[in-house]
Parts: sequence; C-alpha cells; structure tokens
Amino acid sequence: MTAFEKEIVNVLTQDARIAPKQIAAMLSSDEQTVKAAIDKLEKEGIIVKYTAILNDEKTEDYVVDALIEVKVTPKKKEGFDGIAKQIASFPEVQSVYLMSGAYDLAVFIQDKTLQQVSRFVSERISTFDGVLSTATHFILKKYKIEGVVTEKEDTDNRILVLA
Amino acid sequence: MRDFVNEKTKLIKPSGIRKFFDIVRETEGAISLGVGEPDFVTSWKVRQAAIRSLQRGYTQYTGNRGIPTLLELIARYLQERFDLSFDPKHILVTVGGSEAIDLALRACVERGEEVLIPDPAYVSYAPLVTMADGVPVAVECREEDNFVLQSSLLEKAITPKTKAIILTYPNNPTGAIMTKDELEKIAKVIEKHDLLVITDEIYAELTYGKKHTSIVNLPGMKDRTIFISGFSKAFAMTGWRMGYVCAPPSIDDAMFKIHQYAIMCAPITSQHAAIEALQDGFSDGFATVEEMRESYDMRRKFVLHSLHEMGLHCFQPQGAFYAFPSVKNTGLSGERFAEQLLKTQKVAVVPGNAFGLFGENNVRLSYATGMNALAQAMERMSAFLSKTE
Repeated sequence: MTAFEKEIVNVLTQDARIAPKQIAAMLSSDEQTVKAAIDKLEKEGIIVKYTAILNDEKTEDYVVDALIEVKVTPKKKEGFDGIAKQIASFPEVQSVYLMSGAYDLAVFIQDKTLQQVSRFVSERISTFDGVLSTATHFILKKYKIEGVVTEKEDTDNRILVLA
Repeated sequence: MRDFVNEKTKLIKPSGIRKFFDIVRETEGAISLGVGEPDFVTSWKVRQAAIRSLQRGYTQYTGNRGIPTLLELIARYLQERFDLSFDPKHILVTVGGSEAIDLALRACVERGEEVLIPDPAYVSYAPLVTMADGVPVAVECREEDNFVLQSSLLEKAITPKTKAIILTYPNNPTGAIMTKDELEKIAKVIEKHDLLVITDEIYAELTYGKKHTSIVNLPGMKDRTIFISGFSKAFAMTGWRMGYVCAPPSIDDAMFKIHQYAIMCAPITSQHAAIEALQDGFSDGFATVEEMRESYDMRRKFVLHSLHEMGLHCFQPQGAFYAFPSVKNTGLSGERFAEQLLKTQKVAVVPGNAFGLFGENNVRLSYATGMNALAQAMERMSAFLSKTE
C-alpha cells in the first residue's frame, strides 16, 4: 500500500461510513482520487468487506459462539490449506486461523443453539479426513470485539465550559 | 447586612456566554462545536497508573513543587520535545495551566500596572489580571496578519505603566501560531521596553505543518519569561488539572510562596498519572500524542474544506483545535450568527466576542468532535447559510 492508501485505510477502519468526499477533505485530496484508491484496494482484496460490528448481548437474538480447537494431519502438497478452506466454507464458521502451539486450526463458529453447535462439531468437523481431534470451548461473554470494547466508555461527558 | 463582596470582584463581568450555553444544554439534538477540550479520553495506561497509585496508598500531600520524579520528567520532556532547558529546581507543578497564570500575575503585577493581552484570546487572562490589581489592555491581532501579534500594534499599546505581556500561541480561539521570525520582532519590542513575558504554551504539541517555537529560546528572553504549559491538551488530561510553570529563580521563588500557601500542592493522583504519561511517551516516541495530533489534523482539513465550500472565509489555523471563521459576509455579527445557527439548525458555536473586543465578526468552532457529528454540523451550517443568503 502507498502512504496515501494507508491513510485512507486508517480512516475507513475507524468508521467505514465516512464518505469519499469527506475523506478527500480530511487528506487534502479530491473525491475522484480517493474513490479510485478505494476501488483499487477493493479489487486487490485488501479491503475485504464493509460490515457492522454488533454486540450480540443487545440484539436479543439468541446465538451461541464457540471456539473449536482442531488438530489435523497435514496432507501432502496442500498441507493445512485444503482442510482449512473446506471448514471455512460453512456459513456457520466465522473465522478460521492456522495456529502455532498445541493445536492447528482455531475455528470460531456461531449458531443458534448449543445443540446445533455440538452437532456441527461432531457431524461436520470431526468427520473430515485428517481431523485428529477437536476441543470445543463455548464463549460466555464478549468484552472486546474487533478492537472495540463492548461496554462503551462514556466518551463524551464533556460539559460546556468556556475553555 | 453589609454587602460582603469586594469591589474588585464585582468589576469582573460574568461571562455573557453562560446564557448561550444554557440554551445549548436545553436544545435537544444540538451538535456542539463549543467544547474547548479534546474529545479523547485519557489513555488507559495513564488511567491505570493513577488507579495503581491509589491501590498502593498514595493519597497524601506531595512536596509543594510536585513529585521530584515528575519535575525531572517534565524537564526532560521540554528538552527533548521543544529544545527548552529548564532546571527541575525551578519547575512548579500547578493545578492546571490556569493556576500558573494566576500565580504569575499575582507574583509580578503591582496595583495599576498594565498587562498586554493579544486579542482575541482565551477568556481567563483579563479577569485574572484584574484580580491581581492590574489593568488588562487588549492588543488587536488582525485577521489580515494571520492573527499574529504585530510589533507595531504592540509598540502602540505600551505605556509607562506596562509591566507584562501575555503570549498565547498556538492560540485559542484563532488557531494562529507564531514563527521564530515573527517572535523575534516581538522580542525586540519586549526587550526595548523591559517587559515581562508570560507565555502560555498549552497547545504546543498541537501544531500542523510547522513545529512549535517557544519565545523562551530567543536570545535575551529566558530571564524575563514565565513559561506555562500542562498535560490537558497534549495528553487529553483536562480533568486531571495538571499544569506546570518554569520561571527565572526570583520569580519562581515568588510564585512558589503563593502556591505553597494557597494550594499546597497539586493532587497526588494526577501527578502519578502525569508521570506515566511522560514515561509512556518516552518509551514510544510520544505515539499517543502524535496519533491524536494526526486525527485533529484530518478534521481540521475537513472543516476548512467545508467552510470554504459553504462560502465562509476562514483563516487557516495552524495549531490548537479551533477554526475561527469570519461571518462578516453573512451580514450577521458573530453573536447573532451563533444564536440563529443554534435556533434554526441546532449547531452550537461560540461567538467570537466571548474572546475579547476584536472577535466580533467571528465564531469559534472546535473540531475536537467526532467525524460524524462534525460532518453533520457542517451540513447544517451549510443549510443555514444558503437560507440566510
């Protein structure tokens, strides 16, 4: 990324709703240039998606989140990639990471009930050729999501004093 | 019963802006660009250091001057960041920069002596001069001079009674800074008339493009200058009330006496927080300060661009976090503009006349406000302007 692209990304990762026109003003550039740069970042897959971060505890939709540690025998040629990509393709799966340490894949999944999560692990993940074992950890409470602390600090309790 | 309040205090006008702020508070959905403090919360490391100090039982007085470690860190900070050399022995930690201004004036001004204040300026200087039995004298800083104090206007304001001049750059409310060349011209006049300088450099970390120069570093100035700064703006620590003042030994002694008897010492918890702010800063090249500065700078550019687009003339601020556009071409005074903008579009800005005699045609808006609110405020202002035309 160029320095200019980095600056754009810095703004967008704080708040993706800021319009190209505003970004242009913030960076002393013009709207067209910013739009072109964002297009490029999207095309190159550097910007993957724009999304909203929800606090599940407030949505009143009951969901269950779990982290599944998966131990895998790497396959010839493709190593961990083949199985990781297959696991990643399930819509229930939120993230998949290859890890160093005691297990190989960290799989974050979200579903509606405990039973559904359990079934997903036993019927889908465990049955994959090459999966040696799994350990499922249910998430009890989220304190920070995607770099944001869920319980908001009172950021604007400034009062009007003439300073 | 007698009227117990003395005449001097009665002379001080209550801030006319109070009524205006009351209306802002009662206006639902109002976006305020009126607040004069960072929109960042103090960094968690600093807050945690304060909590730890409480847990370890640091709840007592400190030495009058402040915790020795803090005095040494301030000296090192001023040296490394601004090339200023002060002996920790002559640094005094105060309850905000405000106490330091008060100390400086009370320690140095005799009854009836005049103190020059570049105008427009922060609201406290003139009343504090009055309380110190001095006479505040406004020196106009004109927009066509980039709100920079001109030696010719300074010279004109000087009388045999003039004792001191308060310098306040980067400036609140204009956002003006003074370069070395500009300061040199002023310094000559100051030396010629043997004036004391009280320089309030609380916004020194927040300049955009040019690095801050202190008048202290000009030849002949250090011995006649009281240097004031603090943690409020640079480290987003307004509520901790952490300021400091560095002065030549004889003045320092005098200020120390007043501080010792009136205040005793700055709060210990805040001092521990300040120690962490500096130690953390040294460990990562003051990354937190730089991040905040960059964030202000982006918003500064956005606001200037927006003001320009809506047809308001605005001096390009180069420091602090304020823009001070002129509303002259709307045919409204700053005060009327602010009132009507609040009433019709629910955006609060501060009328320029709150900052002295020479800000009548301007309003101050603080861009230390979240980007979304700021963008919305700019849209509303633009709508307001298209209706007044």
